Amino acid sequence: MIELTVNGKKSSVDVEPEMPLLWVLRDVLDVKGPKFGCGIAQCGACTVHLNGEPVRSCSVPVSAAADQKVLTIEGLAQRGQLHPVQKAWIDHEVPQCGYCQSGQIMAAVALLAKNRDPSDKDIDAAMTNICRCGTYARIRTAIHAAAKTLKSTKA
Amino acid sequence: MARKFARKFEPARRKFLQQSAAVGGGLTVGFGFPAALAQKAEAAVEINAWVVIRPDDAIIIRYARSEMGQGSMTSAPMLVAEELECDWRRVKIEYASANANVKRKRVWGDMAAVGSRTIRNSQEYLRKAGATAREMLIAAAAQEWKVPASECTASNSFITHGPSKRRVSYGKVADAASRIEPPKDVKLKDPKDWKLIGKSVKRIDIPDTVMGRQRYGIDVQLPGMLYAAIAQCPVFGGKVKSIDAAKVEGRRGIVKVLPMESFIAVVADNWWRAKEALRDVHVEWDVGANGNVSSASLMEFYKGGLDTQTDVATARKDGDFDQALASAAKKIEAEYYTPYLAHACLEPMGCTAIVKDGKVDVWTSTQSAEASLANAAAVAGVPLENVEVHRVQLGGGFGRRGGAQDFVRQGVAIAKAMEGTPVKMLWTREEDTQHDFYRPASLIRMKAGLDAQGSPVAWYSRVSATSIIATLPRLPLKDGVDPQAVASLSDLPHAIPNVRIEYAQRNTHVPVGFWRTVGHSQNPFVRESFMDELASAAGKDPYEYRRALLEKSPKDLGVLEATAKAAGWGKPLPAGVFRGIAQTEAYGSYTSAVAELSVDKNGEVKIHRLVLGLDPGYVVNPDNVVAQMQGSSVFMLTAMFWGEITIKEGRAEQSNFHDYRMMRLREMPDVEVVLAPSGGFWGGVGEPGQASIAPAVCNAIFAATGKRVRSLPLKNHGLTLA
Repeated sequence: MIELTVNGKKSSVDVEPEMPLLWVLRDVLDVKGPKFGCGIAQCGACTVHLNGEPVRSCSVPVSAAADQKVLTIEGLAQRGQLHPVQKAWIDHEVPQCGYCQSGQIMAAVALLAKNRDPSDKDIDAAMTNICRCGTYARIRTAIHAAAKTLKSTKA
Repeated sequence: MARKFARKFEPARRKFLQQSAAVGGGLTVGFGFPAALAQKAEAAVEINAWVVIRPDDAIIIRYARSEMGQGSMTSAPMLVAEELECDWRRVKIEYASANANVKRKRVWGDMAAVGSRTIRNSQEYLRKAGATAREMLIAAAAQEWKVPASECTASNSFITHGPSKRRVSYGKVADAASRIEPPKDVKLKDPKDWKLIGKSVKRIDIPDTVMGRQRYGIDVQLPGMLYAAIAQCPVFGGKVKSIDAAKVEGRRGIVKVLPMESFIAVVADNWWRAKEALRDVHVEWDVGANGNVSSASLMEFYKGGLDTQTDVATARKDGDFDQALASAAKKIEAEYYTPYLAHACLEPMGCTAIVKDGKVDVWTSTQSAEASLANAAAVAGVPLENVEVHRVQLGGGFGRRGGAQDFVRQGVAIAKAMEGTPVKMLWTREEDTQHDFYRPASLIRMKAGLDAQGSPVAWYSRVSATSIIATLPRLPLKDGVDPQAVASLSDLPHAIPNVRIEYAQRNTHVPVGFWRTVGHSQNPFVRESFMDELASAAGKDPYEYRRALLEKSPKDLGVLEATAKAAGWGKPLPAGVFRGIAQTEAYGSYTSAVAELSVDKNGEVKIHRLVLGLDPGYVVNPDNVVAQMQGSSVFMLTAMFWGEITIKEGRAEQSNFHDYRMMRLREMPDVEVVLAPSGGFWGGVGEPGQASIAPAVCNAIFAATGKRVRSLPLKNHGLTLA
């Protein structure tokens, strides 16, 4: 049995240690926010946080997440309050099909946790997830907007 | 062999089903839809097929087509709401049922979201549905008040009797309204009176998406469900000859290995186990006659299409091209090539189905619920009435999930083999890339003759390409011409007296299909680049050259001028920065693009600015149209810089995003969208935006480097996007 904490909830799963975290989340724990896009850590649709770090869960064996904290899009809102990144994503109508967006949002949240005021270059470097619909311009705008919100709430 | 294999696996399967039955209980069909979409039907009253009203004044507007990010799930109901005069804040949107559409004689009409036609093809009946419901609500209120309906008006979900100032909400009269005979003819509003159409409205599906609650085909979860991974013959059209599954027998979670005709499926208790086991099933394929086909042999085949004197159809003939060319002051000839492209929807193909008691339930990301339903019925061998296709959001469509329903046929075939058990089939990215219905490759020969002033007097195009229409829907071609293959050439709007457009159909074993913008994703590159060649040969400004030829095509001219104006065409640019321009009509809308870029010595193309103009006649939801233009830019820049599926030994060489490259955020240029709606018509929005981009960029590259690009992608010319 492998113990995981997903969005604050403890679970134990009886699976092969090499089974990717993505598929444990999706098929064993029914956490469907992280998506499958490529299986080789190229697209980032499966991005979740492992102890606060963004990881591509399709390429992380579940054993590497044992006894650690996993945060998915489902756990981002706190007490019914959307995360400022989610709020900015709604305000700027970022998603199109939306399939990549839980990964994009998790990548953006991780960026802003480390860098409260990212430059365009910082965003370029951090946001490597693929969006096939082409929402990149709005992702950039929304990250800047969320950074502003985070700054004003902290002040 | 299949039966022998199945017997071997029976014990494991039975055990698993017993366990899952104990855990999951009975099968409940249907699953948690996002809150915004799930509505209790109780006490709600259907005024007509599109409008349902609850006593608490919530208005439910039905949406029949699919949502894949194009935003029609919001903008189509806006058309109903505009005429219904309801409070948009209380509108809920729900999918119309595909099964009910069969039983109710297609009361919702065409359910397909393809060809940028959701708005332009349904705007009239949607607006009429709203207006009809409004008149019925007014009539019901008037009846209750015993006043003439003509003294009553409707606004913001209330009916008001003018003389007495009495008011009643829609919810209060909905039940009575549902029993009123619908008016035969309703008058639609004058566009100047629109309150909702033309205003930016928030898309209905976005909140669920950002909370991770949006449900796609891949997310379906049913009690007792099993999972299937499949492998198809790497050579298109090949078959399964034999399999050896000894290595996966008894492996944890593996329920069954199914050898089907053209693919094998491993069924397991989770998808990862199925996919892993698939690698250890040895398959011998019968690849058929195409195991030696390569990109080079295909190119030879297409070249034959350019030279044939017999096997060619005429798509358009004005005047006498040959004579005009012979007497032209200057002759120009060029060959252009555009490659096969994969759709690469971020959600791979998949289908979940249960076949039980002569009924089929399907959950799949589809652009055409009706086509999915028909394919499911055919494979399961049941009447259409016995199938439901449950609606979900699509993780991208781009034409892949419309005409070709291969994934539904596979999913239902697997579910049929596992009768009584729901099975979720999902492709790997590798399967998705290597078993697409690709945007056709196309080889085009262009010829033109200019008069002494440099104006074109003769224009010729010969397209050699596979026909989508003849090979996918397998429809006969009218006069031997596939209209997609000659799009934007046969409808050349320019004032050129002698024009001949020809099509040589060259069908191969490589499957082709509708890829976002289809023929307009490639032929405008050819037409508008060649037009630039003519302008250059004539020594004229490419914008002025086009203007002169479009004098009698006011919509083409209008969007060209609006875009050039916004881009500041003709104004000085910083040193090393160059412009290119192009203009196209596609899907009933008119587009133009101006690219400003520089090219460094390493071939890095820096696009400083891309100005993209669109005239779709009327704009329904402006911010969504802007989003579609931004997305179109990414889609086309990805294709033109990197997009290429090559063929080796009869199969696709590319397999995943490491070798089928997608544009990333850091490469996104500034895109300025110029909406120039001229009114009076309804054009498409999802696809037209792509059409003018590739030629505008390539024409700017020519301006910057003097190098004329006549084939895509640009990576093959040593160019990349900075």
